[in-house]
Order: sequence, then structure tokens, then C-alpha cells
Amino acid sequence: MKVAVQGSASPRPPRATWQQEGRVLRLEGRWHRDAPPPVLEGTAPPGLPERFDCTQLEEFDSTLPAFLLAHARLAATSSFAWDGLPDNLRGLMQLALGVPEQSDARGSPHDGSELRALGEWTLRTWKATRATLAFVGESVQSLGRFAVGRARFRGRDFWEVLQQCGAEALPIVALISFLVGLILAFVGNVQLANFGANLFVADLVAIAMVREMGVMMTAIIMSGRTGAAFAAHLGSMQANEEIDALRTFGLQPFDFLVLPRLLALVLMMPLLTIYSNLIGILGGMLVGISVGIPPVLYWNETVESITLTTASLGVFKSFFFGAAIAVAGCMTGMNAGRSSAAVGEATTRAVVASITAVIVLDSGFAAIFTLLDI
Amino acid sequence: MSAPPTAKISVRDLTMAYGSFVVMKDLEFDVLERDIFIIMGGSGCGKSTLLRHLIGLREPARGEVFYDGASFTAAPTADRERFIRRFGVMYQSGALWSSLTLAENVALPLEEFTRLPARTIRDIVSYKLSLVGLAGFEDYYPSQVSGGMNKRAGIARAMALDPDILFLDEPSAGLDPLSARRLDDLILRLRDSLGSTFVIVTHELASIFAIGSNALFLDTATRTQGAIGPPCHLRDHSESATVRSFLNRGEDSAPETQP
Repeated sequence: MKVAVQGSASPRPPRATWQQEGRVLRLEGRWHRDAPPPVLEGTAPPGLPERFDCTQLEEFDSTLPAFLLAHARLAATSSFAWDGLPDNLRGLMQLALGVPEQSDARGSPHDGSELRALGEWTLRTWKATRATLAFVGESVQSLGRFAVGRARFRGRDFWEVLQQCGAEALPIVALISFLVGLILAFVGNVQLANFGANLFVADLVAIAMVREMGVMMTAIIMSGRTGAAFAAHLGSMQANEEIDALRTFGLQPFDFLVLPRLLALVLMMPLLTIYSNLIGILGGMLVGISVGIPPVLYWNETVESITLTTASLGVFKSFFFGAAIAVAGCMTGMNAGRSSAAVGEATTRAVVASITAVIVLDSGFAAIFTLLDI
Repeated sequence: MSAPPTAKISVRDLTMAYGSFVVMKDLEFDVLERDIFIIMGGSGCGKSTLLRHLIGLREPARGEVFYDGASFTAAPTADRERFIRRFGVMYQSGALWSSLTLAENVALPLEEFTRLPARTIRDIVSYKLSLVGLAGFEDYYPSQVSGGMNKRAGIARAMALDPDILFLDEPSAGLDPLSARRLDDLILRLRDSLGSTFVIVTHELASIFAIGSNALFLDTATRTQGAIGPPCHLRDHSESATVRSFLNRGEDSAPETQP
């Protein structure tokens, strides 16, 4: 898109000269983005000259109107004669200045002071805390509506989420649990062999898996897998105004989107945890067999070591972990900004928040169980 | 094989298909330099698909697209960049990069493909945004401004590198009448002052008659091009009742006899 104003054999570099005390601006040469930067001569007055001298102007692209516009912006007035400019350039300049600049639109979003940054951070954190509490509160309310049968969501959505965070998670939960069981048994065996107490590997693996590792590993897998998926899905729905569309139909986005996910994860987490416990124990047994413990003996030792209380502790925790992951994922998704980058941020925040929540909850439970002596 | 075409853009024997579903077949037309070429037709007839074929986002099922006589379709991937660098494309909903401000959106191609100093880039960005009436909105994110403003910013971004050919997908849809009129003025002004060629997908009749120098009508019923020619002429004299009806908003009249 080059406009030749005057043909010339070898293009000259662009040059702008202010003449007659800034009343005339002489434009010369080839103004092009591949050309060297323009040479400016003379003292420039604020604003534009009365007249332009373009007799030596060879050709121009956007760099010239951009240069002129930057000068025009310095002037107090917005009506210029553009006397002496070629017609096409004058047309472009009139068009560019046709809509007055929205002066109040141009704000200073940041002033760099650290105090201000601290204040903003505090306000942001406070707001985020309140939003989290509000979201948890709304989850409880929504569960209440569900309990009395007034929550409205699509059954199909629920089954889909159930499949997504239940059956489809089985392979990865199996793999990780099996390996964790294996690791526990290896490490335990090395220590216990010193005392000739190899058989107690079975107790160690069983209790560790059932009380802590089974539910913990499942929760971490589900944070990365399902929590992130919730955040990404709801986040892009938010970005596309799909959530607003639900709202304008009188559907509660909370009941419609968050409730099925919350219910599905709370229902599936205990099942996955039991599954994970079993697979972990299997992994431990494999190591036990490899170091010479007969399978029957290993199995009996395992069964004896686990009481119903021990077994139910992990499952009990898994309800809370499931709820925490679902709430973290849905909350970051629903509160995401309206851009593609915001969806990515929401996903990251969801995973970080749910893993943190799971571990904080777990230490809370550990303290409580110790106090209660179970 | 006939001689290579000489027009700015030439489409020869083009068939567009999604899998085995043929969207349009036997398209054959030329876009001349400095044309404002309108692609029109009912909703869902493949206007945007045709645009995507012209800019190489989709491969034709058959046929070729030429730019200045050189085949774009047959060009190896490495050479395509040379063609693409001359295009500016505005997508239907703006398609601005949502994590960048309006100014950064326009600046990105300039930063990537030119060696201009930052100050000059800033001036050019400000100029481009002024052209589309968005002066002062440099530091806003696409999500913070209206849909129409996104669209206009999309045009500013398409113009960033002063392209030869600008492809606009429904530029005035969703704009208020005054903004739409301003946009028409902008397109005419850019064509006249910079000699750019425009290919515009639209079904805004007012725009079609105001700016279109040539128009192509895609007919959904026959799945091929219905008519081609200056829009005012097509409205009054086209032999196809569908085209006349389209350009008269359904109030069809018998074709006027040529004076």
C-alpha cells in the first residue's frame, strides 16, 4: 500500500523541516517503514503549521500520517486546514481526527507507589476471601435447595459429570495408587528387615494407604484432572457470556452448573478412595511376595491391621476433599475474567487452590483425630 | 490450461467442501485492483467459508486461487508467507487477542515484522486507532469495550502493516448506523488514498450499494455463484429473481429493461 506522490529514481530518506518559525512544515523524501527514521530539522512549535510544503515528498505509508497525527494531538484545536498536503493524505488526516479523542478514556491505571500496591493487594485479598466465603455459603444454600427438591439442573449434565469424574478417572487413580503402594512397601521393607519384621510391611502399607495416602493421592489426581476441567469449562462459559444466558432464562447458574459438579465429585470421591486403597494394598502385596512373604499371610496381616474405624477415616475425609475440589474448581471458573488468558489463569488457580485446600483440610483432620485418639 | 489470470485476485473453478458436504462449487471470478468486492448471500451460504479459502485458512476441494497471477493454492507452505504478508484480515467478531490491550493488538504485527522504534510504533498505533474512531482507547482490553469497538479495533489491526488487500468479514454488522456509515467512508477513503483492494463479506444492503464496486452473489439453492457485477446494476437488471429479491429486501420487481 504505497502511494507515489512524485516519481524519483533513488528514494531519499524522509525529512521534516520546520520553516518560517514553525508556520510551514516541509516534508521530503520517502516516508516508509523500511526507510531510515525521519530527520527532523528546525524547532517544532506545539501543534501543526499553517501550511505544508510537499513538493519534494516522494511516497509515504502509515508512518507519515502517524507522525502528523502525533503533532496534531499536541495542538489545542482539532480543526486544521491541512493546506498543502496531497489530497489522499489530507483525507486520511481528516478521517483520523473525525472522531474526537475520548480524553476521559485515557486514564492512568497505575501509579507506581508501593504503598498503593500494598493497599490494592490487601483489598484484592480481602475481596477474594469474601468471594470464597460467599461461594461456599452459596454452595450450602444450593445443597439445601437440592435437598428440598427446588434446585433445577439437567439430569444429563449430572450423569456426564459423574462419568467424567468417576469411571473415566479409574485408570489414572489405579496407576498412581499401585505405584504409591509399591513405594511404601519398598521403603517399609528396607527398614523393617533390619528388625526381621518383614511381615509388618503389610500393616504399614494397609494403614498408610487407608488412612492417608489413598484419599490424598486420589484428591491430588482429581484436583489436577477434574478441578482444572471444571475451572476451564466454566471459565470459557463465563468468557462467552453463556453464564449470563442461563441467568436471563431465570436459571440459577449456581444450581445449574455448580451443583451437579459438586454432587458428582462428592459422590465419586469416596468410591475412588476405596478403589485406590485396594489397588495400593495390591501394590504393596506384590512387593511383599517378591521379598518372600506368602500372599495368604500378607492378606491376613492386612485384614487384621485395618479396623472399621481406620478404614472409614479415609472415606470420611474424601467427602470433604471432593467438596473442596469441586468448590475451588467451580469458583475460579465462575469468577474468571472474560479473556482467553483469564481461562488459563482460572485453571491454574483452581489446581493450586484445591491442592492447598486438600492438604490444609487433611492436617486439620490429623489434629482432630489425634485429639480424639482415633 | 489457459494463460494465468492477471487480476488482483482470481478464483478459478473453486469447489469448497467440508468432508463430502459441498458448500459451493464452480466459483470463478476476478477481483480487480482497487475493487471493493462484496461477497453476499443468505446466512450460512458459505460467504465466510469462501473468505477462509481466499486467505488460505482452508484448502479448496478443487480449483485454485491466484494473486496477481501467481497461484496461492499451489504455492508451497514456505512461499505462502509472502502472500499472506500482503493480506489484512478482520474476523467476524474482531478476534482480537484478549490478553493484549487494543494498542498492543495493533502493535504486535508491527513489532514482529518491522524494525521501527517503539515511539514510531506507538504513533502508528495511535493513528490506526484514530482512523477507526478509537483514539484514546489504546490501553483498554478487548473485554472492556463494546462489540462494535472490538470490530473496529479488528480493522485497525488488519491495517497495521498497510496491506495490499484487506479482507473484512461482516465489518458493519452490529454497528450503529452512524458508525457503519463512518466505516463505509473509511473503506472508500482508504481505497482512494492508498489504492488498497477490499474483499468484504456482508449482507448490509446500505453498505453494499454505498461502497461495492463489484459484488458476487452466492446462491444457496444452486450451491454456486448466482451473479456477479456492480451491486446497483444487479439490483435492477439481474436475470436471477433470487439476486433481485435479495438486493431489494424481498420486494421483487420484474427486471427493468435496459434503457
